Amino acid sequence: MNRAALRRVWGIIYRHLALYRRSWPRVLELMYWPVLQMVVWGFVTSYLAGVQGNTASVAAGVLLGGVLLWEVALRSQMGFSLSFLEEIWSRNLGHVFVSPLRPRELVAALMGMSIIRVLVGVLPAMLLAWLLYSFGILTMGPVVVGFFAALLVMGWAVALGVTALILRYGAGAEALAWSILFGLTPFSAVFYPVSILPGWLQPVALALPSAHVFEGMRQALRDGTVATGHLLAAFALDAAWLALMGFVFLRQFQSARVRGALLNIGE
Amino acid sequence: MEIPAILAEALSKRYAPDAPAAVDSLSFRMPRGATWGLLGGNGAGKTTTIAMLLGLLVPSGGRITVLGHDMARDRFAALARMNFSSPYIALPSRLSVAENLRVYAHLYDVPEAERRIGELAAQLQLTDLLDRPAGQLSAGQKTRVALAKSLVNRPELLLLDEPTASLDPDTGDWVRSWLERYRAETGCSILLASHNMAEVERLCGHVLMLKQGRVVDSGSPAELLGKYGREDLEQVFLDIARGRQRVPA
Repeated sequence: MNRAALRRVWGIIYRHLALYRRSWPRVLELMYWPVLQMVVWGFVTSYLAGVQGNTASVAAGVLLGGVLLWEVALRSQMGFSLSFLEEIWSRNLGHVFVSPLRPRELVAALMGMSIIRVLVGVLPAMLLAWLLYSFGILTMGPVVVGFFAALLVMGWAVALGVTALILRYGAGAEALAWSILFGLTPFSAVFYPVSILPGWLQPVALALPSAHVFEGMRQALRDGTVATGHLLAAFALDAAWLALMGFVFLRQFQSARVRGALLNIGE
Repeated sequence: MEIPAILAEALSKRYAPDAPAAVDSLSFRMPRGATWGLLGGNGAGKTTTIAMLLGLLVPSGGRITVLGHDMARDRFAALARMNFSSPYIALPSRLSVAENLRVYAHLYDVPEAERRIGELAAQLQLTDLLDRPAGQLSAGQKTRVALAKSLVNRPELLLLDEPTASLDPDTGDWVRSWLERYRAETGCSILLASHNMAEVERLCGHVLMLKQGRVVDSGSPAELLGKYGREDLEQVFLDIARGRQRVPA
């Protein structure tokens, strides 16, 4: 990417940062759900740990770790999809698409916004987990950075698919931007191992990067070892899903240009 | 031979294989530095034509060359040298005027962006509005901001879709005077689509009259008035829209 391309990417990121600068409810909303999730699940794990008589139980860590890491995937996907929807809601997409901004640069800018939204949303929840429940996700070691990255990229892949659907079906598909990743929760084995799932469902789960991340997280919390195989599988699946969804997005973008959908996508 | 601002060759667009053509075999060559008007009733193909010229819409057939760039293969090079304004496409309403202009200065890689924004603000009487959210402006102020956005990259070709729609006569006249002065000073080529016949008569040196996606007549406003034996373009427009015969010379 050359300097002009980087500046175009920054132009889109700047547009969203300017929006947040003028709207504190939007910033608050970024933190609200991750913090709320952490508080609720924190009390649940405190209760369970109390019942078991073991305040430092691995089960508590597995639940809180699952909540925090799953928020990374959720916020990553929403950060990308909702930033795209923001352009539709403000009826600005026409101006953006007649500028020299390439589709891949728009995607890069939306990924940038996704990272910012993840950090703003998840860091306060992590801090709260540490302060209230003495759960430090970083105690898993450097491998947690790999887990974060794998889930971040998975969020982008799903978001590219959602954005492609919005390009195909218009703003009517925007509900998917809020809900689609919740539908993957059961198959992502966030709170239980893949082996709990019925046999026929396990290959589906193992086709998702998230299932490998959470298997790896449980191993790190339980044994203190790094599940290199799961981490590599997560990144390999991320690459495959990102390439596939990137292709779908570009095809839908071109199709929208043929159908004239970019003229009235907000309607 | 000089490279034209726009060269459209047998341009056509059908939104579905069995749908009637929104634009049908449209060909024209708009020279650099000219101001041309696209006139036609609702559904005549003006918006479709402009969308194809901007690369928002892929033609079903034909070819577009803008400032020497083939829009099918090299549209981003052309888009960097042109710009567009329409009252039907908004700017983010929560961003201030300055923030909006800054966004587009980045997207068009404008050098010395703050200086350019200051220049445009002074020229378009926006200096006092720079810190105001775009959504809080009056229609006239929004039009001036949209014009500033469309000029931020010093475009060599400006496409305007109904630039004075919903403006009061005084503000509309101010915008038209400003466009006349800007074109004279910069040599920018302007293609505008409008329903305001007086505006087209005043600004445009050449007019393409569209009906059902085809050019049914073209010429300077004076030529068209002479051809149809009318006193203003509105009457010519009505003659064409209602299929009335032109007056024999």
